[in-house]
Amino acid sequence: MLISEQKPLEEILNYLDGEKNIFLIGCKGCAEGCESGGEKQVLEMKHTLEGQSKSVTGFSLIDMVCNETLTRMKLKTHQKEMKAADSILVLTCGIGVQTVAGVTDKVVHPGCNTLSSGGAHAEWKEAERCLECGDCMLDFTGGICPIARCSKHLLNGPCGGSQGGKCEVDPSIPCAWQLIIERLTKLGQLDKLEKIVAPKNWSVSLIAGPPVKRGL
Amino acid sequence: MKTKSNLEGVLEAGHFAVTGEIGPPASADPEVIRRKAKMLKGYIDAFNVTDGQTAVVRMSSWAACLIGKEEGLDPIVQMTCRDRNRIALQMDILGAAALGINNILCLTGDHQKFGNHPMAKGVFDLDSIQFLKVVKDMRDEKKFQCGDEMAVEPNLFTGAAANPFADPFEFRVIRLAKKVAAGADFIQTQIVYNMDKFAEWMKRVCDRGLHEKVKILAGVAPIKSVGAARYMKTKVPGMDVPDSIIERLRGVPKERVSKEGIKLCVDIINQVRQIKGVAGIHLMAIEWEETVPEIIEAAGLLPRP
Repeated sequence: MLISEQKPLEEILNYLDGEKNIFLIGCKGCAEGCESGGEKQVLEMKHTLEGQSKSVTGFSLIDMVCNETLTRMKLKTHQKEMKAADSILVLTCGIGVQTVAGVTDKVVHPGCNTLSSGGAHAEWKEAERCLECGDCMLDFTGGICPIARCSKHLLNGPCGGSQGGKCEVDPSIPCAWQLIIERLTKLGQLDKLEKIVAPKNWSVSLIAGPPVKRGL
Repeated sequence: MKTKSNLEGVLEAGHFAVTGEIGPPASADPEVIRRKAKMLKGYIDAFNVTDGQTAVVRMSSWAACLIGKEEGLDPIVQMTCRDRNRIALQMDILGAAALGINNILCLTGDHQKFGNHPMAKGVFDLDSIQFLKVVKDMRDEKKFQCGDEMAVEPNLFTGAAANPFADPFEFRVIRLAKKVAAGADFIQTQIVYNMDKFAEWMKRVCDRGLHEKVKILAGVAPIKSVGAARYMKTKVPGMDVPDSIIERLRGVPKERVSKEGIKLCVDIINQVRQIKGVAGIHLMAIEWEETVPEIIEAAGLLPRP
């Protein structure tokens, strides 16, 4: 089970600044078990956002958001509600957020931080998609993770070794920042990358923080 | 003048600046640095020492900088985020400044996979842009990254690298703008062989007014052989060597290729000097330092201020 916890509301509202219509996605797998993004939390979030004068166009609870085929199928039944939304708030682990980003052209915001894989990984067979950094960055990177997918974990854009869309380390690895820039360009949000991202708080991450028990 | 840097003085006075580069030895031999420094003296305004370039273990940059300084040159310490976290970076910044090093070049660093210890754990706690901001805040605010204050700040003329030839091209000027906003006083670019692409990048840099906020030194380097040109084209990440360059070197008899490589370098210097916003060159005559006097003289850049 992947251990996640909801981000502070202030951070989520910050992501949604300037947006009115939101579609919510929750996960009936790990996020429900962690009480970070199950049915109860999605309904609570709907209520909270409506209290902040947002309009929730709809929501979807998917058994395992990390299952791309399942998520794609399930979201097909919500096309209208998703179309009416400015963005999608995903209350799952980082893998779920990236799955949703991979199947829609909508802006995707992470609603949770992934603290630990709790001994097992979610479905994403071809590559590592979440390094359990504990402070999800997917909001400003278009739902593509620069921690898990950039060889140098860069936060302010591609290094000088990105060529032809490939990572300098291995031509079989796509340059994460090329993917991020392409996606943000498509979403008309490339200006998000003009801002300097401050040094990351690694103390909450599983790879660099203390080996403490996380969540549950 | 923010610092005691000779390079800053040269640039502030409006001269076309020339920086050089010394690759430190993979040994504890100080004579390698002294020998190279003597070759460069009088021909450059400051010299870089690489910091574990291509992730191969070599003498530390600050130590080699100090040896070069003893030879009367103005050193630029290169520092990468690959091997040091924010604690170690700030300690080395204090140390370098205390030793009288006046310039720093802040880099992310080549990935450890390319070097002679590919099993090493890469650090990458900060990226180069965050690192620039740390140096600027230490110098201008007397503050460490955590916010604590210090009594004596490190007075460093702060530089960064830029690669106009990496992808995605459209993002490269944005990345430069971020480096300027983070605190870069000067920029040294990747080696220029693709003049059209460099000119287009410089045009976009000037369109954004960045050339008025940062001093841009174009990277240049002589090529020794056709093989070296091919190697750079195919094996070195982030390099762009057009076929026309290789053809030019192939077009002369074998014994004259290195001469042609030097002539080509002088031609490139003359071309970048004509481009608006270029404030100088960074000449990387890697393991071929003896060509520096000839190149600088042929390019009409003598005497140095």
